[in-house]
Amino acid sequence: MATANDADDNVLVRVENVVKYFPVKAGGFIKHTVGQVHAVDDVSLVIERGKTLGLVGETGSGKSTLARCVAGLIPVTSGKVYLNGTEITKLSRSAMRPLRREVQMIFQDPYSSLNPRRRVGAIIGDPFAIHKTATGAERKRMVQELMERVGLNPEHFNRFPAEFSGGQRQRIGVARALALRPKLIICDEPVSALDVSIQAQVLNLLSDLQTEYGLSYLFIAHDLEVVRHVSDKVAVMYLGRIGEAAPADSLYSQPRHPYTVALLSAAPAADPDAAAARQRIILTGDVPSPIDPPAGCRFHPRCPKAQEICGQVEPPLVTHDDLEISKAGPPAGWQSADTVRPGEPGIAGGETHVTACHFPVVPGETLASARTAAIAAEREPA
Amino acid sequence: MSISTELEFDAHLAEEGQSSGGPVQGRTQWQLTWRRLRSDRVSMIALAVIVIMVLLAIFAPAIAALTHHPVNMAYPVNGENEDGNPVPPGTNGFLLGTDSTGRDLLVRVLYGARISLFVGIVTTLIATVLGVAVGLMAGYFGGIIDTVLARFTDAVLAFPYIVLALALAAVFGPSLTIIVVMITFFSWAGIARIVRGQTLSIKEKEYIEAARSLGAGPFRIMFFDILPNLLAPVLVIGTLYIPNAVVFEATLSYLGLGVQAPTPSWGNMLSDAQNFYQVAWWYLVIPAVALLITTLAFNLLGDGIRDAMDPRTERLIAARRMRRRLTRRNARQGNKEALSGLTAGGAAAAETRKKG
Repeated sequence: MATANDADDNVLVRVENVVKYFPVKAGGFIKHTVGQVHAVDDVSLVIERGKTLGLVGETGSGKSTLARCVAGLIPVTSGKVYLNGTEITKLSRSAMRPLRREVQMIFQDPYSSLNPRRRVGAIIGDPFAIHKTATGAERKRMVQELMERVGLNPEHFNRFPAEFSGGQRQRIGVARALALRPKLIICDEPVSALDVSIQAQVLNLLSDLQTEYGLSYLFIAHDLEVVRHVSDKVAVMYLGRIGEAAPADSLYSQPRHPYTVALLSAAPAADPDAAAARQRIILTGDVPSPIDPPAGCRFHPRCPKAQEICGQVEPPLVTHDDLEISKAGPPAGWQSADTVRPGEPGIAGGETHVTACHFPVVPGETLASARTAAIAAEREPA
Repeated sequence: MSISTELEFDAHLAEEGQSSGGPVQGRTQWQLTWRRLRSDRVSMIALAVIVIMVLLAIFAPAIAALTHHPVNMAYPVNGENEDGNPVPPGTNGFLLGTDSTGRDLLVRVLYGARISLFVGIVTTLIATVLGVAVGLMAGYFGGIIDTVLARFTDAVLAFPYIVLALALAAVFGPSLTIIVVMITFFSWAGIARIVRGQTLSIKEKEYIEAARSLGAGPFRIMFFDILPNLLAPVLVIGTLYIPNAVVFEATLSYLGLGVQAPTPSWGNMLSDAQNFYQVAWWYLVIPAVALLITTLAFNLLGDGIRDAMDPRTERLIAARRMRRRLTRRNARQGNKEALSGLTAGGAAAAETRKKG
């Protein structure tokens, strides 16, 4: 894959086959590994310059782990992360230091992401202190500029985080992330701890800053409407893998992965008539344990469209331009990965709509009926 | 009822600060703690006792000069009765009596306070610095560093200190330096263990991750991000370690392993006095009371600080204030009924606090 010329084209971050397993240890005196949590399993994606890639998924789907791998906060088990064409996964801490300026994070919890014992001026000034870019009066001036830019009263630099509201604290987090003028800001559920009205303010601030500084965002959330509002591209994660990725409009108007369809059907609708009219797909069972993820498609134990092959062959992330065949069901003699209806292999975060599913949902298909049919088929032999 | 009053009051203050627009100094944890501590009568008395003790110790030579009785000067004529025993307090200008060789007990107790407080404070300071350093490193780095440091800490805590004290005193000969080294050696481990535990919990906070994502190194994170959060528990435990060190010093001196005669120390005074308690009770009681008051004051102050640091005690203090306010009002109105009801409520709150 082309990587060296990333610096020239419009790709800022390229994630290639990143895997992150966390060992599960047991034993009192002598610890030994009894299993691996498959937090992120073979994920590839790109983040384009000046664009926002939304990452959605349930709790435990590996969104935050992936974000931390991209930020270089935790080492990857395997795979590569390129920033501006430079591989950052193998860099030492000192070599990583200058690159830290390029990638910053905004955290979910505005209460625990700010040190309660330090004044706001010190917190926002930290990036300058760590990278020795400004000291004394200059640092204070820059901190106050940042505070003003994110909509805080610059006179409040002497206060403690506890004296601010949740929205104001999140603005402090934004100011801190912005201090070093990064190229990429990873927003790890930046608004999920805030009131809806405050959410809108913070999202608008992020959007303004993107226009002003040409920032790229990796925006993680579990609120689909928030992601739709801010994202250019959206990727859906389930159990450590990307199930579907597409430009936001395409994903929301034509979801192809059954999981995406179910996820979208679960989003609350503001209009009561629309809420009553839509078909809610209720998935059965729980998310399987990431320590022992299911074989084949990760979603198949809960998928209303699951067939035999789904539990055997892992579907690759491909484009599906013509969905007629899958609508008709698997062709006769469907046995192996070779006969999976091929699409062009695609990468998440690009312009194409890619789906990792053997039987993508086609426009007009209703999954609720597919589920009913599946249940009926199950009962029939008995 | 009392809770909401306090909160509204605080919210009102915060609003005031906001509207003024000028640079606003946040009310720090320390200011809040001090405010709570000030309303705690026991802590304030303990603090006053400690301050007086320290002043007396510092100005012991001046007080000795006032009495015209140098610390090691024996007065065989005025300071002893016909049988050669100590004279009781108030005799012949000896305010607190004399000891077995006719020396002024007041002056000697004050000089003993110098030793006790010096040992208590110095050893606690050194032990705190050591304990914080070890605990921070063990907790932050984890892995093999943690295993080595934590097991060493446990080994120190498990050591029979009197045995080691006997051995060290036998090898090096008893001296103040040996006392300080020994007490420090047995004090840092407890602090290290608490600091390690705190560090383990703090390092999982998101702001630590935020600091790492900014590119902060481990030492910057330890000193700028973790240490400020440790100061409160360390202050409390430090205050509670001072009386331990004071008692430890007295124990060693009592056993003859610590401060050596003729230098006075509460421990060696007690040791000398036990042969005279039938003829001179003050000789035993006065150093013992000095030791008791000092350790009690430090312990009470430490407890008070711990409570004052705990935001949950805010409501107890609020209730206490409310009670006082009501007491005053009731005194005017002569309404005793409401008072008794509220006192019962306060007692119940104190009970829950003890349980918690």
